[in-house]
Amino acid sequence: MTLSDGRLEVEEIKVEIDGTECTGPKGSTILDMAKAADIYIPTLCYDPRMQPYGACRLCLVEVEGARGLLPACYAEATDGMVVKTTTEELERIRKTLVELLLSDHEMECQGCTKSGRCELQELANRYGITESPFVGEKHEYVEHVENPFVMRDYNKCIMCGRCIRICREVQGVGVYDFVNRGFKAIPGTPFDKDMQETPCEFCGQCISTCPTGAIKARPYEGTGRIAARDMLRNACAYFKMSEEDMMEALGLDNWVTRTTCAYCGCGCQLDLHVIDNKVAEVTSPKMVGSGQGNLCVKGRFGYDFIASDERLTKPLIRKGKKFVEAEWDDALDLIAKKLGAIKKKEGADAIGVLSSARATNEDNYLVQKFTRAVIGTNNVDHCARL
Amino acid sequence: MAKECTCNNRFADVSDLGPVDEIVEKYGQEKGALIPLLQETQDAYGYLDEDVMRELAKRAGYQLSQLYGVATFFSQFRLKPIGEYLIRVCHGTACHVAGATQISDEVINQLGIKEGETTPDNRFTLESVMCLGACALAPIMVVGDDTHGKLKPTGIKKILKKYAGDSGSQEEEE
Amino acid sequence: MAENGHKYKLVLGYGTCGIAAGATAVKDALEDAVKGGDYDVDLDFAGCMGYCFKEPVIEIFDSAGGSVIYGDMTAKKVPQLLDEHVAKGQVIEDWVIKDSDDPTAHEGDFLENQHRVVLRNCGKINPESIDEYIEIGGYEAARRALTGMTPEEVIDEVSASGIRGRGGAGFPTGTKWGFARKSPGEDKYLICNADEGDPGAFMDRSVLEGDPHSVLEGMILAGFAIGARQAYIYCRAEYPLALSRLDIAIRECHEKGYLGKNIFGTDWEFDVRVKKGAGAFVCGEETAMMASMEGKRGMPRPRPPFPANSGLWGKPTNINNVETFAAIPWIINNGSAAYSAIGTEKSKGTKVFCLAGKVRRTGLAEVPMGYTLKQVIFDVGGGIAGGREFKAVQMGGPSGGCLPESKLDTQVDYDQITAAGAIIGSGGMIVADNRTCMVDLARYFLSFTQDESCGKCTPCRIGTKRMLEILERICAGEGKPEDIDMLQTLASDIMASSLCALGGTAPNPVLTTLRYFKNEYEDHIFNHKCTAGSCPALITLSIDAETCTGCGACVKVCPTEAITGEKKQPHVIDAEACIRCKMCLSRCPSESIVAE
Repeated sequence: MTLSDGRLEVEEIKVEIDGTECTGPKGSTILDMAKAADIYIPTLCYDPRMQPYGACRLCLVEVEGARGLLPACYAEATDGMVVKTTTEELERIRKTLVELLLSDHEMECQGCTKSGRCELQELANRYGITESPFVGEKHEYVEHVENPFVMRDYNKCIMCGRCIRICREVQGVGVYDFVNRGFKAIPGTPFDKDMQETPCEFCGQCISTCPTGAIKARPYEGTGRIAARDMLRNACAYFKMSEEDMMEALGLDNWVTRTTCAYCGCGCQLDLHVIDNKVAEVTSPKMVGSGQGNLCVKGRFGYDFIASDERLTKPLIRKGKKFVEAEWDDALDLIAKKLGAIKKKEGADAIGVLSSARATNEDNYLVQKFTRAVIGTNNVDHCARL
Repeated sequence: MAKECTCNNRFADVSDLGPVDEIVEKYGQEKGALIPLLQETQDAYGYLDEDVMRELAKRAGYQLSQLYGVATFFSQFRLKPIGEYLIRVCHGTACHVAGATQISDEVINQLGIKEGETTPDNRFTLESVMCLGACALAPIMVVGDDTHGKLKPTGIKKILKKYAGDSGSQEEEE
Repeated sequence: MAENGHKYKLVLGYGTCGIAAGATAVKDALEDAVKGGDYDVDLDFAGCMGYCFKEPVIEIFDSAGGSVIYGDMTAKKVPQLLDEHVAKGQVIEDWVIKDSDDPTAHEGDFLENQHRVVLRNCGKINPESIDEYIEIGGYEAARRALTGMTPEEVIDEVSASGIRGRGGAGFPTGTKWGFARKSPGEDKYLICNADEGDPGAFMDRSVLEGDPHSVLEGMILAGFAIGARQAYIYCRAEYPLALSRLDIAIRECHEKGYLGKNIFGTDWEFDVRVKKGAGAFVCGEETAMMASMEGKRGMPRPRPPFPANSGLWGKPTNINNVETFAAIPWIINNGSAAYSAIGTEKSKGTKVFCLAGKVRRTGLAEVPMGYTLKQVIFDVGGGIAGGREFKAVQMGGPSGGCLPESKLDTQVDYDQITAAGAIIGSGGMIVADNRTCMVDLARYFLSFTQDESCGKCTPCRIGTKRMLEILERICAGEGKPEDIDMLQTLASDIMASSLCALGGTAPNPVLTTLRYFKNEYEDHIFNHKCTAGSCPALITLSIDAETCTGCGACVKVCPTEAITGEKKQPHVIDAEACIRCKMCLSRCPSESIVAE
């Protein structure tokens, strides 16, 4: 129904979850209502960026009057619904589900860089599972490390389908789909082709949604400077603390800096993970800002330039056929002299200035101010348009 | 891997994309036609070849991953060519209780191949299927288009011999 | 009834069973013999009558309304059949399986003890002729409904009949149609589930091959009732004859104006299209079926929302089984009271069962709800083949359960069978004798469901795999004491948490065999013995010296050369070399090899 000022009115409904009355807009799922009321329901195949899938079965809840248990992520909440998110049976089922998943999972938490932020590990900790009572066939897939960005180890896959769904629903590319059926089913590329041979744009969205260590960002794996971060993560897992709580406890702030990606005008938020004053990893904070946790290849992988060895640290002036290091004053004098001469002889429009998305907004502001006001031309551009 | 084609010209060659065009033309813009598209493509070529699938995806407007995901989900689709005769031994409940395992074992014994494989001379491919719906004649197997029922392991050699020489024909069973 | 002025009408059963048994050669022989005009007979063919154990089958009608059914026909027998019965009017007693003069004699009580509603025309009319169907009153129900009833009246009739969905869930059909009718929207769909994936079930195939028009007429009635103008029949690809007969039937309907626009001169339009399955048992589940019709992998989705509210392409959709649709025209023609007069209080009407396994008469048995299992297996089915003992009947395919002898007095009724631990399901009935290992049977069903699992949800994908591994270990003689408890707890968690009924019912065969045949599990685990003498790892094979003729057939096939013996002298199996593959047992012409 449209209100007089043009806004759409959304009907409000009330449901009772674990004895608490919760309100929310009609069309919400039970999980939406629970999250809004800060009531915890475990999930694995749920990602707020995508349509609900209902496959992991962790979020099953009891709904009065319903036939069987309902998945909270998928079931629409109806006015007057009475929900129980935890009972003895539900907790037992959840434990069994995690044990089943672990029975076909490469449990190498010690050496896995996802440790500490792995959703499966979190649940295993929650239910006190260190080893699965179900022993049987375990998959032994060969790890996919064929491209420099996305590495896939399906021995850790829990078949949540999030990688497939994000690539198809959110990105619209569809690099992966489930392949085969049943116990043999696994996500994959057609004909198991390398990702470079698929329409993959290496946006890394699949990395951002994978709840386990099955899909990882290769540039951020296993280099020396990450070791400290890994140790921290293992400590978090061992003490069952979140990273934020651990950092606070250790008195370490500014470990993770939230900033805005500089590459284009979308303004997606980034979390820069900093160790030793170097950016060790870039991740996308969930459901934050205009990007809502999504990033493209530039935002996700484009920040290795900051500490790159290939960066210039001093101005270089060409002398003959070689570039020779110079002092800033010498360089600035040369630039002013040459540009001045060109402007005088050919006019301001003979000069063009190209800047970079990798510079800060402040620096770019100065660049265009310099170009327009000092040089006197509008010929200024920036690599984001390429 | 060049293989001598023994399909007796039942199937089109995978380098001929004419059938793909015809099939895409037939289904036009019909939504949800992905499975019939794959079924008819397999009927035309005998199996789903990778390059043919790429063309099909391009012309019909699907992502290749969608086609591949569906092709590997359903038992009917084959991604490798089959021999001249497809042998399907039924392992439905009635056939199982009637000794389908022994029938499969005997076929494996006679042909020297495992399930899912094709004989070196490309004549037979062996598959297990789940219930062909002729349970009263259990155990049964289908060779090509011919159904053979009330099988005994002792009779398998004779049945297979019928197809080894010529293009085979249905004969009356006991 | 003999037609066209002929003295006799000869109808050959021509369904997949018959063809597999050699009916094509019989057909060719008949056509050849009759074309010269030497015999006063009208030749026709029909679908499968359900006398599968006697296929190929021929029924000869005389002009007085009597008929004789012959079984085990061959091309060689055709000349004698025509010369004696058609030319001289002499019935060939040795070949008779049913004679209308003495209906229960020979194998006649197989049919006499049945009550055919769904199978009313199967084996009687030519499935490729809409005229034969119309002649016996076909499409009258559709005409009457579309020209003289409202959709609500049709739904009321169907509800009053008490018919419950015959696909397996047993949900009241009228109620289901009511939901779809009430769902808002102009675009609605009707789907006929002809995926029939249960191993051991072939009643849908028989109806589609034998009387496709009954299904189409039922669908026309259903479409009108719920307000759906577009319908689909989702038929599995493994049924080529059913598919081709459906194509013919649909074409004929269009020609007569029973499908398409302005049906029976009304402004109602309705069309049916056939969608071929591609080999996935899970696509018998409603939401998986719809996913595959939308061009996706056949993976189910959670319900609610139910198809009646949001189904194919998000529109209200009603899905029913072949058997359900086939009964609808009968209900409209004969009235809901006639239907509800048959059956029990909560399960009305009849059910078609497929008798298979170790029963003497394998085939189609349509009985009124309320018959006991004993009546179905012994009175209709003729008891156990080979004079052996009844051990169990497996009902409902891989979703169902095994019932033992003590449960033979259970009535065929949705609730009673469920209370006993099995389900009616699609109607498959596999009879087991004392040589069937119940643990192996449970293992077999679980391996089927594991193979067919779509893989989407955790409990089914991994849970049934772990259950199967336990059963495989038990059958291989490596069972552990804690296995039984683990099977039970896993079963209960899988059933409570699976996404769809495939996983939700997969543990049933294990649970019922544990309930009624626990001793067999214990034998396997604790005594290292297979009670039925079946599991290779737990038996020893030996040759009975008294009956062995020394023919040496077994020696030739033994893969480990474990059998020795002189020609014409009793042979011996070396137990240590024997790998118990049972190839010798299947070859022995004197049945001298014993497994225990």
